[in-house]
Amino acid sequence: MLKINNLHASIEGKEILKGISLEVKPGEVHAIMGPNGSGKSTLASVLAGRDLFDVTEGTVEFLDQDLLDMAPEDRARSGLFLGFQYPVEIPGVSMVNFMKTAVNEHRKHNNLDPLSASDFLKLMREKKEVVDITSNLTNRSVNEGFSGGEKKRNEIFQMAMLDPKMAILDETDSGLDIDALKIVAHGVNKLRTKENATIIITHYQRLLEYIVPDFVHILYKGKIVKSSGKELALELEEKGYDWIKEQ
Amino acid sequence: MSAEEDKILTEVTENEYKYGFVTDIETETIPKGLNEDVIRLISKKKNEPDWLLENRLKAYRHWQTMKMPEWAYLDLPEIDFQDIIYYAAPRKQPKYQSLDEVDPELLDTFNKLGIPLEEQKHLAGVAVDAVMDSVSVKTTFRETLAEMGIIFCSFSEAVQEHPDLVKKYMGSVVPYTDNFYAALNSAVFSDGSFCYIPKGVRCPMELSTYFRINAANTGQFERTLIVADDDSYVSYLEGCTAPQRDENQLHAAIVEIVAHENAEVKYSTVQNWYPGDKNGKGGIYNFVTKRGICKGDNSKISWTQVETGSAITWKYPSCILKGDNTTGEFYSVAVTNNHQQADTGTKMIHIGKNSKSTIISKGISAGLSQNSYRGLVKVLKNASGVRNFTQCDSLLLGDTCGAHTFPYLEIDNETAIIEHEATTSKIGEDQIFYCNQRGIDTENAIGLIINGYAKEVLNKLPMEFAVEAQKLLQISLEGSVG
Repeated sequence: MLKINNLHASIEGKEILKGISLEVKPGEVHAIMGPNGSGKSTLASVLAGRDLFDVTEGTVEFLDQDLLDMAPEDRARSGLFLGFQYPVEIPGVSMVNFMKTAVNEHRKHNNLDPLSASDFLKLMREKKEVVDITSNLTNRSVNEGFSGGEKKRNEIFQMAMLDPKMAILDETDSGLDIDALKIVAHGVNKLRTKENATIIITHYQRLLEYIVPDFVHILYKGKIVKSSGKELALELEEKGYDWIKEQ
Repeated sequence: MSAEEDKILTEVTENEYKYGFVTDIETETIPKGLNEDVIRLISKKKNEPDWLLENRLKAYRHWQTMKMPEWAYLDLPEIDFQDIIYYAAPRKQPKYQSLDEVDPELLDTFNKLGIPLEEQKHLAGVAVDAVMDSVSVKTTFRETLAEMGIIFCSFSEAVQEHPDLVKKYMGSVVPYTDNFYAALNSAVFSDGSFCYIPKGVRCPMELSTYFRINAANTGQFERTLIVADDDSYVSYLEGCTAPQRDENQLHAAIVEIVAHENAEVKYSTVQNWYPGDKNGKGGIYNFVTKRGICKGDNSKISWTQVETGSAITWKYPSCILKGDNTTGEFYSVAVTNNHQQADTGTKMIHIGKNSKSTIISKGISAGLSQNSYRGLVKVLKNASGVRNFTQCDSLLLGDTCGAHTFPYLEIDNETAIIEHEATTSKIGEDQIFYCNQRGIDTENAIGLIINGYAKEVLNKLPMEFAVEAQKLLQISLEGSVG
């Protein structure tokens, strides 16, 4: 589904990603861990198409397409979803209006008619349950006035609405208390199928107690220095990142 | 902002005016230039009473002693007032009984503008007094309104049929001595609208006038007078578009509103005159004096405006809050793009006790444009218990445009509570990317963000206008949307 091959990326001439290769197949959950500044969020941004970064080398294939050649919105419509570490606020734009626009752009991409208002609201009600959002989103602007936990839940809610093939969750656990973390993890697990895949980017092992990954990769100084099964996360938790740095 | 976004922003903001076309209707004009004979001619053509001609001449003589104001943050071109035609009327003069009699080309023009008179009668419940080049062509719903005692007609008709009302109120809010453009308008005004709501009557429909400038080199000098008697209510809509021209066109209108005791007047404007091309050539010069007086206690005047057009906008819809417990409101979205310049805002003059005012101004600047908010809140000595809230936001698209705020406060009563909030922001690259990542392209993202930003003001518009205004914001900034 996703094939990253020797990916290099830099910002303002400074190389952040120094040759990353990774393959993700349908149904798999990969965790990418690493200390601060190792390039985890950069990797997520580059995959989503943020043009702050220059890709200097390497290829990325997504569903047999050249991902790097696609505009960010086309990557999204093709089924790539990024759960943001810091979801941005868009004042005055209601969640309903925002999500309706997004969902219908996805449907247009798939040659489907736009959802009617009532079908859309029905879908929204259904998906709100996934992440236990009880508040009335119709009256709220995108992320405006949302608490930290609500913002993260809102990301998973949007993921549920858009039903992506590949979700990249960037530090979704940061700033969450344990209850919120469980709700978010529960949501992700519920959305997991044999056809879709997930990349979880995290600093801590904590989230992986609730979302069990098939593979764990350790990113350090722009490279994947270690890949293994879920037990790697535990080892890392025990020994700390210094253990990686020493190697 | 990154290069790619810059490129897209440039593309979408360089959109050219969509309503630029010229209707080929024969017009009857008088020669260029301005002198007392021209004024006498205008007055004669309109068969005006002597007092009105005298008013015009007084205004003209006063105007000659005045200079164009230069305090606005505008780069004003030289205007040769002798190079302007001061009167033009469609040649086919007689009034029409039905739409069938109206020049089909004129109807077609309205249709292109999305102002189908016929349809509006049925759909929107809007009575339309469509002004095309200075003379009213068609007035609808007159009979329905007349039954309630509401007068809604062209200014010229009001002069003929209701001279006492016109004489009593005209110039009572904006005297001809008020400013340079008001004096000019008072001397040469051609036509406009008149509206009178009698005591205790709630006008059952939104009243609407569409202005349209159509003859090359013709100054448009509209005059609107709205009088709401005790305990009455009216919502008035004004909207305009103009055809694309290379010559600059001068527009100096006056709008006067009088609200008596317990009366409420809501005045909404969507202004979309030709702003000039993307190199700054052409476009309307729009110097407007709009003012209302809350004369009686507990009265209320509310201005809502969406300004997207004109090369130059100079406009400060204001409220004189004379009665006790009166309310003045000003809600504004002003968009400037390319080489447009806008200096707009409001004046709230608190005279009455416990009078309240609210000012919400949202400026959006793009391209090489300059967008200024200029607002005065004045509280007189005897006005106790006054409240004002001002919120003044500027949004910048790109980094070649300018946004400016000039608030003036003159408070002479210490019991007044005055709040002022101001923000300046840019459309965040991160906001656009967030939308992109959800599958929304940059153009639509900008549309969403802009409409979100302006929502507080758009919400104040009557329904039928809100949709049009939203579209207009997108068209003004976006190109392919709408």
